[in-house]
Amino acid sequence: MYDIVEKRILQNDIEWMRVRAPFVARNAQPGHFVMVRVDADGERVPLTIVDHDQTDVVIIYQKLGYTTRQLSFKQEGDTLETFQGPLGKAAHIRDKQHVIGVAGGVGSAPLLPQLKAYKEKGIRVDAILGARSQEYLILLDEYRAICDHVYITTDDGSLGQEGRVTDALKIRLETDASIDHVIAIGPAIMMKYVVEMAKSHQRSVDVSLNPIMIDGTGMCGNCRVSIAGKTFFACIDGPDFAGEAVDFDELIARQSYYKKEEHDCFLRLKDE
Amino acid sequence: MNKIPRTPMRNQDAIERRNHFLEVALGYSLEEARAEAARCIQCKNPRCVVACPVRVKIPEFIKLLLEDALDEAFETIYEDNILPSICGRVCPQESQCEGACILNIKSESVAIGALERFVGDYGMDKNLADKPVKENNGIKVAVVGSGPAGLANAASMRRKGYDVTIFEALHEYGGVLSYGIPDFRLPKDIVKNEIDNLKKMGVTFVRDVVVGKSITIEQLFEDGYQSVFIGSGAGLPSALGVAGENLNGVYYANEFLTRVNLMKARNEPLSKTPMKLGDTIAVVGGGNVAMDAARTAKRLGAKDVFILYRRDRKSLPARLDEIHHAEDEGIDLRLLTNPVELIGENHVVKQVRCEKMKLGEPDSSGRQRPLPTGEFVTFDIDNIIIAIGQKPNPIIKDNTLGLQTQPWGGIITDEFQMTSLPGVFAGGDVVTGAATVILAMGAGKDAAHHMDEYLKTTTR
Repeated sequence: MYDIVEKRILQNDIEWMRVRAPFVARNAQPGHFVMVRVDADGERVPLTIVDHDQTDVVIIYQKLGYTTRQLSFKQEGDTLETFQGPLGKAAHIRDKQHVIGVAGGVGSAPLLPQLKAYKEKGIRVDAILGARSQEYLILLDEYRAICDHVYITTDDGSLGQEGRVTDALKIRLETDASIDHVIAIGPAIMMKYVVEMAKSHQRSVDVSLNPIMIDGTGMCGNCRVSIAGKTFFACIDGPDFAGEAVDFDELIARQSYYKKEEHDCFLRLKDE
Repeated sequence: MNKIPRTPMRNQDAIERRNHFLEVALGYSLEEARAEAARCIQCKNPRCVVACPVRVKIPEFIKLLLEDALDEAFETIYEDNILPSICGRVCPQESQCEGACILNIKSESVAIGALERFVGDYGMDKNLADKPVKENNGIKVAVVGSGPAGLANAASMRRKGYDVTIFEALHEYGGVLSYGIPDFRLPKDIVKNEIDNLKKMGVTFVRDVVVGKSITIEQLFEDGYQSVFIGSGAGLPSALGVAGENLNGVYYANEFLTRVNLMKARNEPLSKTPMKLGDTIAVVGGGNVAMDAARTAKRLGAKDVFILYRRDRKSLPARLDEIHHAEDEGIDLRLLTNPVELIGENHVVKQVRCEKMKLGEPDSSGRQRPLPTGEFVTFDIDNIIIAIGQKPNPIIKDNTLGLQTQPWGGIITDEFQMTSLPGVFAGGDVVTGAATVILAMGAGKDAAHHMDEYLKTTTR
């Protein structure tokens, strides 16, 4: 059992949680994730480690599905059934001059520790943060603290530029030749378009993939992704990969196979 | 020589049992156990003991059973085998103890597995395993993995007096016994009971800890552990390597069985991890995992379940009992049939194309090599489950500097089961590749002996 030591509401549907988990905290690095199970009948879901100290680990989640909603019912002083990690390979912090991170929605949570790691290496970092509207944007102060520039896009124009992250990225890549690397974290469809844009502007691009996982430790194989025709397990080979050769259409299809079951499960939660 | 026929074990009705996960084989009554025990001729040089990977004193416990000294019969087994109720159920007896039984020559072997199960269950009911063990000597040892190898190693080390901690990566203990083998073959309360026995012995269990990630082998030593046993098994699924393998609806047996057993998908809606399964299911492979997956699919409501296996019937590596049980439950064996392509529509698998095979000369495994015929057949399917073997998980290998491994990922050990790192031992599937519960247990038990010898020279 793992104690929830602190909990904050960041936005409407987005929450921040600090969990006591010394075994996870000990070796945690940017890019690592944890598998979380809320109670004994719960499913295992992967969540990126956003921050950590000697004993505690921070996660951020949006109340979208069954388990994240179940998580949101938990308060400080409550416990979680499973909090296992740090899993996955640590993000590859590359030798670059100027990195621009692109986050869609709650993807800004896993992006932050990666940009921090670049910043600490003395590399210049910028960020493009996109969301449906102002109420879905998080961590703006944290990004402003490490980035030279933070560009914001919202679908409805309630904050920043109206439009998508790729619109903003296009302008940056066309106008700032010093940018030599892109990191994209968010919905698979967003990462697909960011990769296409980075490629067409001759920039390297890393992505963080989010397929369905059961165990998160290399056992089930459900998280397999095709990259340049080869199969990788996102849980142990990733979740971060060079984005150029990722088969995003396959990833999007695989993410949707359990859509109906997930929805049914979610509907039952409302009855409970 | 004894020509009395072997006492058959009663099974649940083959039609009825397709609807639930209760254990299929019902076990012996005391009368049946006595009748079967009486068939043992008490060989002076028992070949069965030699053929047992943990060398259970088989004639001795059978004799005690006949004399109604059941407590003593249990203790006799338990000295060598800490998981008798499990081994009685899942060991491939026909290729071990029973295969070596002298009665095979003229008649049928003694049903040693069934007798072990009977005595093991008796001991479980009477809580006979709960016996005082040596006082803790304060020397810490770590065991990686709570599957058969780790449990056997932990029990042996605890009996020798060591302060033993087992680190389990998943949220339940037992390794393959929990996530892999279904309840209809091995009820989970038996696994839980055997683990509780180890807890009573004073073994410490820690879950959700992935050695190599949460704590490295090096950090275990920094934390005061004097020796480590790696029994992390073979948990990484092997791929078919055919086109279409990443289509939706294609499961590795690991995912399928993990959803059902560990995540309890069959208890849905209580469990929040569902299992999406259609009517027509193909299972690829001929081992116990393939049989388990096929029979599980049937129980989850699949109408038509068939096994695709590239060799012939006599080459099937599964336990004989499980093959019979699978066929009784309506699983169709399509032999000499090798999947070569998975065909999908909108990213979902719809068909499996197979090549018919014929048998050629024996290969390195001693079995006849399957050869292509150039003749193909295609089956319509809703799902396909790939159960063609597992390899060791690479997490420990990738995160332990200086740990030497085989090209296929297995950990290399010397004649004393020590790895290339001093004080780090390994055994079971992580060394041999996927094998059996009992071989892993034997390796865990033997490693304890070597660890004890090692620790005598390095501590105090």
